[in-house]
Amino acid sequence: MGEQQVAVTTQSAAEAAAQEQPLLSVRHLKIWYELKRFGFLHAGYVKAVDDVSFDLPAGEAIAVVGESGCGKSSLMKAILGLVHPHDGQILFEGKDIWEGGNDAMRAYRMSVGYVQQDPYGALPPFMTIRRILEEPLILAGVKDKEERLERVIRSLEEVKVTPPSDFLNKYPHMLSGGQQQRVVIARALIRNPKMLIADEPVSMLDASVRVEILKLLDEVQKERSLSVIYITHDLSTVRYFSERIFVMYAGKLIEKSDTNEILRDPRHPYTWALLNAISDPLAENATKLREIPPGEPPSLITPPPGCRFHPRCEKAIQGLCDAEVPPEFAVTPTHAVACWLYREDA
Amino acid sequence: MTVPSADMQDYALVVEDLVLYFRLTHGVVQAVDHVSFSLKKNRAVVVIGESGCGKTSMGRALTRLLPRNVDRYTGKVFIDGVETMALDDETYREDIRWAKISQVPQAAMNALNPVLKLKDQVMEPLLLHEKGISPEAALERVHEVFDFVGVPDGFIERYPFELSGGMRQRVVIAMALITNPAVIVLDEPTSALDVLTQANIYNVLKRIKWEKGTSFVLITHDVATSSELADDVLVMYAGHMMEYSSAEEFFAEPLHPYAKMLMAAVPKLYGDEELQFIPGKPPSLLSPPTGCRFADRCPMATEKCKIEPPTFRLGERLVKCWLYEKEADEIVTSPEALAGVSS
Amino acid sequence: MGFLKSFFRELKYYPSAIVGLLVILGLLALSIYAVVAIPYSEAIRLWRGSGETWYNNPKNAPPAWVNYFHTKKLPETIDLDSRIDGVAAREEKPLGGGKQIDLEFQFDYTADEFPDDVVLYFFPTYGDKQPFVTGKWITPDGREIRLGNFSVNKGYSFRFTQDQGLARRLKRLLKMELPAEMALFADPATLPEDPEASKDQIEPLKGRYTVHLTVTTFAPEDDIDAELLVYGKVHGIAGTDHLRRDLTVGLLWGTPIAIAFGLISALVIGLSTMIIAAIGVWYGGVVDDLIQRLTEINMVLPFLPILIMIGIFVSRSLWMIMVATIALSIFGGGIKSYRAMFLQLRASPYIEAAQAYGASDFRIIFLYLIPRILPMLIPGFISAIPGFVFLEASLAVLGIGDPVLPTWGKIIQDAQANAALYKGYYYWVLEPSLLLMVTGVGFALLGFALDRIFNPRLRQE
Repeated sequence: MGEQQVAVTTQSAAEAAAQEQPLLSVRHLKIWYELKRFGFLHAGYVKAVDDVSFDLPAGEAIAVVGESGCGKSSLMKAILGLVHPHDGQILFEGKDIWEGGNDAMRAYRMSVGYVQQDPYGALPPFMTIRRILEEPLILAGVKDKEERLERVIRSLEEVKVTPPSDFLNKYPHMLSGGQQQRVVIARALIRNPKMLIADEPVSMLDASVRVEILKLLDEVQKERSLSVIYITHDLSTVRYFSERIFVMYAGKLIEKSDTNEILRDPRHPYTWALLNAISDPLAENATKLREIPPGEPPSLITPPPGCRFHPRCEKAIQGLCDAEVPPEFAVTPTHAVACWLYREDA
Repeated sequence: MTVPSADMQDYALVVEDLVLYFRLTHGVVQAVDHVSFSLKKNRAVVVIGESGCGKTSMGRALTRLLPRNVDRYTGKVFIDGVETMALDDETYREDIRWAKISQVPQAAMNALNPVLKLKDQVMEPLLLHEKGISPEAALERVHEVFDFVGVPDGFIERYPFELSGGMRQRVVIAMALITNPAVIVLDEPTSALDVLTQANIYNVLKRIKWEKGTSFVLITHDVATSSELADDVLVMYAGHMMEYSSAEEFFAEPLHPYAKMLMAAVPKLYGDEELQFIPGKPPSLLSPPTGCRFADRCPMATEKCKIEPPTFRLGERLVKCWLYEKEADEIVTSPEALAGVSS
Repeated sequence: MGFLKSFFRELKYYPSAIVGLLVILGLLALSIYAVVAIPYSEAIRLWRGSGETWYNNPKNAPPAWVNYFHTKKLPETIDLDSRIDGVAAREEKPLGGGKQIDLEFQFDYTADEFPDDVVLYFFPTYGDKQPFVTGKWITPDGREIRLGNFSVNKGYSFRFTQDQGLARRLKRLLKMELPAEMALFADPATLPEDPEASKDQIEPLKGRYTVHLTVTTFAPEDDIDAELLVYGKVHGIAGTDHLRRDLTVGLLWGTPIAIAFGLISALVIGLSTMIIAAIGVWYGGVVDDLIQRLTEINMVLPFLPILIMIGIFVSRSLWMIMVATIALSIFGGGIKSYRAMFLQLRASPYIEAAQAYGASDFRIIFLYLIPRILPMLIPGFISAIPGFVFLEASLAVLGIGDPVLPTWGKIIQDAQANAALYKGYYYWVLEPSLLLMVTGVGFALLGFALDRIFNPRLRQE
């Protein structure tokens, strides 16, 4: 196999300047799910996340972009501590979240908020809005009912579900999709976390509501200086909400860059293809076919050797791309690509 | 627009005053409320709107795939020149459905029969509608259509669960295409698919339009991707048709305030504008408000909007908004005229 | 639980549910009445049925209201007890060393049929010598028939139908052989000429009858009381059984027992099954496998034979049977269906969110998973109740019911053991059976309606 030593991380300009410890640091993370035949015979691994590393500085919003099956959901679950890594580390404020036992994990959970894709499914249908928002507080040990109520009201005001008193005793099904998602966001923020993980937060909402929610997330992020990981397959929304973009393909991060830079100048052939496939609403789109790389994303059980995109890449270099996994190359101080096309001696 | 009968054969689809209401235990849902438009042959009209605007119901109204609790289903629908509303269900089933108009409903790729091989499923509409066809000839057509939509030959013998989402959607499109209908209605054909797969599917649809001459009715809430196929755009809101324009005119500059706000809410990859959102919620179709149904969210609403506006024609464009009263060439349909018709 | 209130409001759209609900409320009211009117220990005592408790009831008598359906009215029991003031006319005068006490009983006989039996019970108090009684029977048309002379000790009873002397006298009087209860009441006008002829046309003479007792006591402080019982052929609301027990006691008390057995069993089993399934699904792995294997093994075991064996070898007490039923049923089919539901729920986004904000396993199971399924539990639980009620009755009919408690099944079993249907005592079997059926139908109607409400997929839209 010959995994190369990957450079620890490329630093964004802001990071380099501050030289502070990043809030979240993911190092060589591997999330492999074991396959069993007959319930107990080992039959290989699904390598959903395969050697991923990146840093998330405090107060920065990054987007993780990729299509279904690229591993972004598994990455997210790992960061949330919902699935144990096969290998690698997840460091929050310098400490590995899996070392330190239950107390450390609980403290970690208090610092992370989670916003999910399905606003209705994310809310227990048999609890009132008030109760839903109180749950995290109860788990944090806030015993005083008055205090909890006050915090619930404040959080509803923050997400602009007003007047709060109207909504406290309502059930989720009585709210519109947009309102439900606002409650989900409120629940994620109610313990004043340092980091927010948003998994496709707007993809199940109507077009006009998406904008509202994205704007809300943007406001909230700036006001609270939250670090945000925004996971999506909809590249066109990324511009409105994140400073940096990471592109994932078949379990690996293949490109990292500042948002504007990557949209203007995508380097990796896959990123290029992705951007090329997105439509802006222009009538001329109907007059021509779109160029798309042939084939489909590879199996995660037996991924292709070398660069995982090479079977579909028209620029693949025989003998190199199909044999060795490319490391990250920095094309600019803020832009890194894992592609042999950008090797130093090219 | 009423189309003179002389020109009828130029049109794939002419819809006049289509109404579809559903009966629920607590009232009547006015899903499609007096919609009229015409689609020339070999063109695709994209029906855009948000959830609950009635666009899916309109798709069902066109193909007559209706549930049991229909309260009212009236109007005229000319498909490839044949008026279909007057036909009884049996004639419709034999002569119109899949022969002249076929459908790819929402989440169709999940609705493939899991216990039948793909070739049997795709062959079925053909065997039902071309009575004399031999099994060999039918199989030949299946190969042909699979090739056209880009499904590899070997997949003919496979079962649906063996295919990815994108492949299954192509199979469903093949099923809709195999009888060479004049019109194909697609409801959210790519909503659950990835960007690359989505682009692939639209490529397939474009090729069908260019090479087979089929006309399309594409129902979707995704305004941006709809531009990939659209020749015409129909905007629906709360059961009403708010605007009907050609794609060039619409994507350059929509007429109706709702359409304008909708376009302003579409995230774009390139460009600098701020995203605008539309405050408020669409009205319930159970008891829609009188007057213009968008008035309470419209920044340009006036007193006049308390009365339901008629549909005005500006050149080739149709718009249902009082703002265009003066520039309009003519009034196409007015609510007062319809009031006499509605029961 | 405002969530549930909206469901219950739906109920009013289902007439079958209203009917079921009314039936159940009726049964509950009956149960409350039974427990309040006849306390538990009293009920046990009554049902044990010793001679003293039920002596004044007729044997195997149908309910009194059958008379509405008969052209010929059957008599009800006439009970005249001189110990109660005003019932008997009493005159005392001193005589020799003691007293002469005259007791006179009068009653009106209006039935179209003859009574079942006539008995005089005596309650003397005396020192050395027993009091001496002479009895006279006076018919409405003035005939006097001497009953006999005898001395009475404590607990003495004069059974008209068994006294030989009376029988001889009556035969001489009427010139034919008739059982005493007929002879004393027969209307002479209806007696046939031929003594061998059929006795069918003989009818009782209606009117006022008198029983006159002249008692001689031998000490001034000696005293006597008597009770005249003219046993009828019908009794009360429910009739009587072979031990003269009023069946209303059994039927009334059978209600709370049946409902308690059904309710407790269904509730405990329902809740336990649900909780165990939730735990299995949540922890998965070995725990889940263990629960599933246990369930599968338990489902294969023959339920009724094991219960019968427990009944025979361990104890027939109702509570024991209930515990055994519950124990054998918890790991039943319910586990499989709840498991399927929980598996689906486990993947819900809100569960994942709860894990992300740090909810413990326990909290997720009981506050996030179970409340979701609880509404499903309710129709199942209601529909299961009749099954357990019938189970208890079946066990009783098979002979392993609770030996002390009055239950519907026990009544049926008594009836069966005493060949009730053969002998024509239909009421004995019909009454408990009807109650069982009503209970079953009531709970079933409500259960089915609730099922349609809580299970949206079954609704008729």
